[in-house]
Amino acid sequence: MSVLRITDLTRSFGSLVVTSRVNLSVEQGERHVIIGPNGAGKTSLVNQIGGQLKPSAGGIFLGEEEITGLPPAEICRRGIARTFQRNNLFRELSVLENVRLAAQPRRGGALNFTVPASRFAAVTEAALHALALVGLCSVADQTVRNLSYGEQRQLEIAIALASEPRLLLLDEPTSGMAPAETARMIALIAGLPRSLAILMIEHDMQVVFSLADRITVLYYGEVLATGMPEEIAANARVRDVYLGTRH
Amino acid sequence: MELLTSQLLNGIAYGTLLFLLAAGLSLIFGLMNVVSLAHGSFFMLGAVIGFTIVKLTGSYWLALLLAPLPVVALGVAMELLFMRRLYARGHLDQVLLTFGFTFVFADLVKWIWGADIKSLQIPASLQGMVGLLGTVFPVYRLFLIGFGVVLAIAMWIFLERTRIGTMIRAGVDDSAMANGLGINVSLLFTSIFALGAGLAAVAGVAAGPMVGIYAGMDVDIMVPAFIVIVVGGMGSLRGAFVGSMLIGIVDTMGKSLFPDAALFLIYLLMVVVLLSRPQGLFGLQRAG
Amino acid sequence: MTETALALPKRSASSLPWVVVVLAVLAALAALPLVGSSYAINLVIEVLIFAIFAMSLDLLLGYTGLISFGHAAFFGVGAYAAIILATQLGLGIWASLAAGVGLAAAAAAVIGYCCVRLGGVSFIMLTLAFSQLLFAVALKWRAVTGGSDGTGGLGRPSVLGWSLTDPASFYYLILAFFVVSYVVLRRLIAAPLGHVFVGIRENEARMQAIGYRTRRFKLLAFVIAGAFAGLSGGLYAMFNGFISPESMYWTASGDVLIMVILGGAGTLTGPAIGAAIFLLMKNFVSTRTDHWMLIIGIVFICCVMFFRQGVYGTACSLLQRRRTKR
Repeated sequence: MSVLRITDLTRSFGSLVVTSRVNLSVEQGERHVIIGPNGAGKTSLVNQIGGQLKPSAGGIFLGEEEITGLPPAEICRRGIARTFQRNNLFRELSVLENVRLAAQPRRGGALNFTVPASRFAAVTEAALHALALVGLCSVADQTVRNLSYGEQRQLEIAIALASEPRLLLLDEPTSGMAPAETARMIALIAGLPRSLAILMIEHDMQVVFSLADRITVLYYGEVLATGMPEEIAANARVRDVYLGTRH
Repeated sequence: MELLTSQLLNGIAYGTLLFLLAAGLSLIFGLMNVVSLAHGSFFMLGAVIGFTIVKLTGSYWLALLLAPLPVVALGVAMELLFMRRLYARGHLDQVLLTFGFTFVFADLVKWIWGADIKSLQIPASLQGMVGLLGTVFPVYRLFLIGFGVVLAIAMWIFLERTRIGTMIRAGVDDSAMANGLGINVSLLFTSIFALGAGLAAVAGVAAGPMVGIYAGMDVDIMVPAFIVIVVGGMGSLRGAFVGSMLIGIVDTMGKSLFPDAALFLIYLLMVVVLLSRPQGLFGLQRAG
Repeated sequence: MTETALALPKRSASSLPWVVVVLAVLAALAALPLVGSSYAINLVIEVLIFAIFAMSLDLLLGYTGLISFGHAAFFGVGAYAAIILATQLGLGIWASLAAGVGLAAAAAAVIGYCCVRLGGVSFIMLTLAFSQLLFAVALKWRAVTGGSDGTGGLGRPSVLGWSLTDPASFYYLILAFFVVSYVVLRRLIAAPLGHVFVGIRENEARMQAIGYRTRRFKLLAFVIAGAFAGLSGGLYAMFNGFISPESMYWTASGDVLIMVILGGAGTLTGPAIGAAIFLLMKNFVSTRTDHWMLIIGIVFICCVMFFRQGVYGTACSLLQRRRTKR
């Protein structure tokens, strides 16, 4: 059974259709990468899965449950966590606090108003575990705005992981990174446990082909092709409309 | 029936006043993402300056023409010297700033003009009543309605047909894009803030003969103007117009039909809109 | 808002001086009735009551990032309810006070339910509009509220048969309420719930994305703040023996907002200090000139322009900078 199943998903703004009858699935443990030229509707698609944008028509299913059009908080609670293309962090709080906030809804206690937050050991432990997965334990006490850009990108993922999702949505995790940072990010994502399914948007072909089990190509809101990396690389239409634009 | 017609006209007259305030507030919000709490002060300043001009020259028309000018200058100064310095810090600090000015202006007006209630003399040509739709109605209020309609059309033409109007609309839709198109956004901010101040001052002079001039008139007009914006929707001239007329009519009708419950009617209307359509009747849907 | 309680480094490294400061302040407050005139005692009582009021607003403004321009409404509800229930329904003083707090929280729940649907700037307009509605009710519902004349007659309570009518004993009662309120709010802020509020202030969209139904939490903050505002209103009604619609007018909401900004939003201690500065200044200025509003308006504008962290917040950053230099 698929972790995520999207059926005929459509979203339009007036006459502009950003997502057009998209069908897509993510299997257990799969690394599924969405590629497509600028304006293909990749982020709009992720926003609809994450609840930030309401679809006009079609369905989104997490396992057997339909989650179409639910608000972001409900979707997160059901097991989908996401990162953002542009860092979207609690900049004035400490790194640990950022991740603790994300771990809290699962571990409980968010409504507690008498016991210091630091005493909730289970939350702290979960947060430290997420930080360890992205290699940020050493800067746990720093204020986020003092982190390097690359570290902030890593923190994006740690926050999402702390929600303990079944499905992780990554919106261009390497955007704006230097080559060395990109290499570290690839290793980081490759090292994530296989119990986690990942749906990710990526521009950088090196990243795409080193991580993807399967690739979906979006073009003007439509699915142009879905397949194994080698199939996509050999697909003539993809070469024409997408890879072609790069030459 | 007669009473109903005349109350309807009264409601429209009151709605016209509200529109002059709400239009400025709404555009300022749409462009700058700021609620100018000093808007009521500009209204009051327009009224008292108009009062002085009438006292000195005896001409209401001169007051209507000249009173907004110093208020516009004040708006320009406030934007250039204060608001502008806080752009980087975000809009909430700017709101706090405009709030500080309401204290200053309220005190200054009391200091210079005194706390007693004043009334603006209506020019002879606008005095008296006129028969209309089977009822009699004060000429001045008819003039006010006509004046408001002319201003509304002028603003519409300004926004739709002029270059700067196009820029303002572009800025309301997407200030980042407007910036990218090479529009001078800070100049735009100054002009829209001053325009809003001027409109509020005009409304103040126009309101003088109708509601009187008194301490506290600033907030008494602000609250219904806010309700207009919540109901009509932020950043929309059409929303400001429809909202003003709706609130003006409902409030005036309510006061004559159910004097005890009138106060709650416009709030009730606001709550209904809030719960069913949070962005207002014609509001822009804004993320964040 | 750059002021953040949670981002500050842990205080443990320097906790000794803090303990000394806190004990000294408490000792000074406790000793006041022994040395102060009744005028001074009454002034400090008023400061402590308004400090509770200002701290309640800080929970919204400083910690949750919601700027309410109508917070005086809940102060007024607490005060009116306490007086009306005691004088017209014959409830005991303590029961009236408690009912006032409950009613203020209930009013905050109803108004908050409407206000939290819109964020940022709209929230400001809505809170102002609703508070003016409650002001108008206090003004027009003459039979119950006494209209513009206000209403009074609550009296002062007794504890275990010990009457608290004289200024000194009443002072200790209010001091106890202040200390308890401070500790409760301090703990709340340090607890997970407080961290959720700060998260909403910092980045509400991300809080939603990590599973928080933020609207409910904002409403909760609004209700808690309303309850403490109601408490301060009820205590004020006991202290003053009288309440009039003016205490709910928008300028009253403005006053408490100024206290918070003046002292330093998001610090809890700052707003308490802000309340003290504001009331002492008002006492001083009002006896000398009629232009208190002009002066406080200018002070507030300067504060927003140049000292956004307020008196306490600025002092804290200075201390911290000196410490990191060493």
